[in-house]
Amino acid sequence: MIFRTLGTSARKYALFALTALLLSAMNAFAARSDLTLAMVLEPPHLDPTAGAAAAIDEIVYANIFEGLTRIGPDGAVKPALAASWEVSADEKTYVFHLQQGVRFHDGAAFDADDVKFSLDRARAPESTNAQKGLFTAIDEVEVMDPSTVRVSLKYPSGDFLYNMGWGDAVIVGRTSAAGNKEKPIGTGPFKFQNWAKGSQIVLAGNPDYWGEKPALDRATFRFIPDPAAATAALLAGDVQAFPSFPAPEAVPQFQADPRFEVVIGTTEGETILAENNARPPFDNPKVREAIAHAIDRKAVIDGAMFGFGTPIGSFFPPHHPAYVDLTGERKYDPELARKLLTEAGYPKGFRTTLKLPPPTYARRGGEIVAAQLRAVGIEADIIPVEWAQWLDQVFKGKDYDLTIVAHTEPNDLNIFARDDYYFNYRNPAFKALIAQIEATSDDAKRKALYQRAQGILSDDAPVAFLLQFPKLGIWDAKLQGLWKNYPIQANDLTAVKWTD
Amino acid sequence: MPLMSFYILKRLAIGLATLLVASIVVFTVLEILPGDPARLMLGLGASEDAVAALRDQMGLNQPLIMRYLSWAGHLLMGDFGRSYTYAVPVKELIAERIAVSFPLASMALLLSTAIAIPVGLFAAARRGRTADLGIMSVTQLGLAIPNFWFALLLVYVFAVSLRLLPAGGFPGWSAGIGPALKALLLPAIALALPQAAILSRVTRSALIETLSEDYIRTARAKGLSRAAVLFHHALRNAMIPVLTILGLQFSFLLAGTIIIENVFYLPGLGRLIFQAITQRDLIVVESVIMVLVAAIILINLIVDLAYALVDPRLDGPR
Repeated sequence: MIFRTLGTSARKYALFALTALLLSAMNAFAARSDLTLAMVLEPPHLDPTAGAAAAIDEIVYANIFEGLTRIGPDGAVKPALAASWEVSADEKTYVFHLQQGVRFHDGAAFDADDVKFSLDRARAPESTNAQKGLFTAIDEVEVMDPSTVRVSLKYPSGDFLYNMGWGDAVIVGRTSAAGNKEKPIGTGPFKFQNWAKGSQIVLAGNPDYWGEKPALDRATFRFIPDPAAATAALLAGDVQAFPSFPAPEAVPQFQADPRFEVVIGTTEGETILAENNARPPFDNPKVREAIAHAIDRKAVIDGAMFGFGTPIGSFFPPHHPAYVDLTGERKYDPELARKLLTEAGYPKGFRTTLKLPPPTYARRGGEIVAAQLRAVGIEADIIPVEWAQWLDQVFKGKDYDLTIVAHTEPNDLNIFARDDYYFNYRNPAFKALIAQIEATSDDAKRKALYQRAQGILSDDAPVAFLLQFPKLGIWDAKLQGLWKNYPIQANDLTAVKWTD
Repeated sequence: MPLMSFYILKRLAIGLATLLVASIVVFTVLEILPGDPARLMLGLGASEDAVAALRDQMGLNQPLIMRYLSWAGHLLMGDFGRSYTYAVPVKELIAERIAVSFPLASMALLLSTAIAIPVGLFAAARRGRTADLGIMSVTQLGLAIPNFWFALLLVYVFAVSLRLLPAGGFPGWSAGIGPALKALLLPAIALALPQAAILSRVTRSALIETLSEDYIRTARAKGLSRAAVLFHHALRNAMIPVLTILGLQFSFLLAGTIIIENVFYLPGLGRLIFQAITQRDLIVVESVIMVLVAAIILINLIVDLAYALVDPRLDGPR
């Protein structure tokens, strides 16, 4: 009996304490509308149409700048500055009907001339747009009236609406475009406020936004490159969200802490062991197959990524509707790998090099891959390189045997169809297939074609496919609306809000 | 006094020559470094013509010697150029970073001096006794502990557990003196402790050496107290090595604090250089290094002048 009484009063007390806690929490957070997020890298500047740095898009995309279309959290194309559009029967003419009453942050009215200006600027010969390929299909952009634009294509392009949703294709103002690197002027729900270089960038809510106004009125992006500092900043409450947390080793600590929500998502980052297909012995398909079978993807994921990441068997993100799981086609089988090497004329294996760029996934993953290759007789000498060197030697100079890198751009299956790409992979059938995909807009047909393309890459094994890079999101448990996955490089804050 | 100005003039001339040599070395080394800044900015997906257009815009297609002359010429006129990546004047970037690094280095130096000199004096006065041995083993510990580890410890205690101070970041001087100093306090402590360990050991050994000089015995013999001898005779004469170390430490604290800047994600000079090197923002690297060379020359000049103050015999051509 005495235990029972004690139980009830303890329960009553707990309930009381909980209510008090809840009330005080409500008082503190009911009106909360500011957020401090952290990113690992600081962007070099803030013009998404003049640089490849993901950090630019991770701040400005959907927050400051908007395009004709936009990519949603599920990777689907949605209307943005174009409220609607019509496509001609031959799929070569797109007529966009623009949103009315839209103003740029500097007060200038947005109209069809800005669309023509932005698209023509991006595809001009002197353009420094990092993704000029998005615009190659465009033949002509015409202003029909202030709220209607007609875009004529050279050939039908199934990706066109998707491409117009990239950060590199956002609409910039005719009068403000030149200053966007320093002071970005867009049409989005947040305005750029200030940038303390090396420290943080502050955005403020745009009271004149044309669409639905976001719940936040102030967002601060802080730059924290050090993994230990990132952990401490979250624990101390200095930052309330780290959408792409850099330290997988510290994730379990946050998973065990009820103050935080840990959301593991996927990105567009296919991480591969690239092989120089033009260089012996990698010009021999048997050698490449042997390497594909020599690699234990799970061990790489466990060792280099602390278990986070999805194994892939081809060059396609698992969250995509057209994804097929081909990891079973090239299973980890060192016996088979040795047999294939013998058939290829290397019964004793061979010696080669493995160039590794600085990110942890490459350096840690590279050591595991090298050990796995050694087990089948391939001695890969590890050569660590800096990013600048990697770009120069490996990417541009194609001077390498093996390398590990994550290809983070969305919709980039077509890099295997490029003749002068650093893989030196050439397959006319694959190239024809990619051209066919690009000219097809029917979803069901595209899906079938995408799946065929994934199959070809798995069969040819031009590179060894390791893992789809994870997105480790950690934020305050009371925060809602941040993206789980990374279908495009963005930290879209339009739906983010605090709850009680 | 004319002798004094000769001494300064000689030091100045050496400083200027050092600057010239440094500018040539820095420029050449960075230009030899592999990596194309334009390619780095545009990334994997960029087409060749976009990269070529950017190279042209950045002036990377001109011959090396022309670029050196143009850079050095502008530098002489106080024009540091424009950052490739940030697209703002380098001068602004450096000024923003010095506003963090200089106060941080000064705080750390003040702290370390305030700890080290009394500790060194005390240990020297108690030479060979338990107190001296105790202090020396503590300083040994201070030397052995890596400062980034100590910094993390400070963060976990004062920011994560006690929540007294921020875990990192810098709110800017515009946020007020209080918050700015608060943000610099933990990093300054983390930087100061290993420096204090070195400085107190140097102070102690310099004092012990002077204490065995004849004039100290004379001073004691003529009836001065131990304390008076220690402060008036020994300390002043032991100052030369201490000043040397102080000068070296300040130079190090200005630019060599990248690890601590990373732990506390502070926007200081060290991180600016590191970031600029990885992004091949050559003009920023070159200019920041020149500023640092100039600062270090200036610090050495000040130390040299301080020598002359402490020891007037140095004042003259040697």
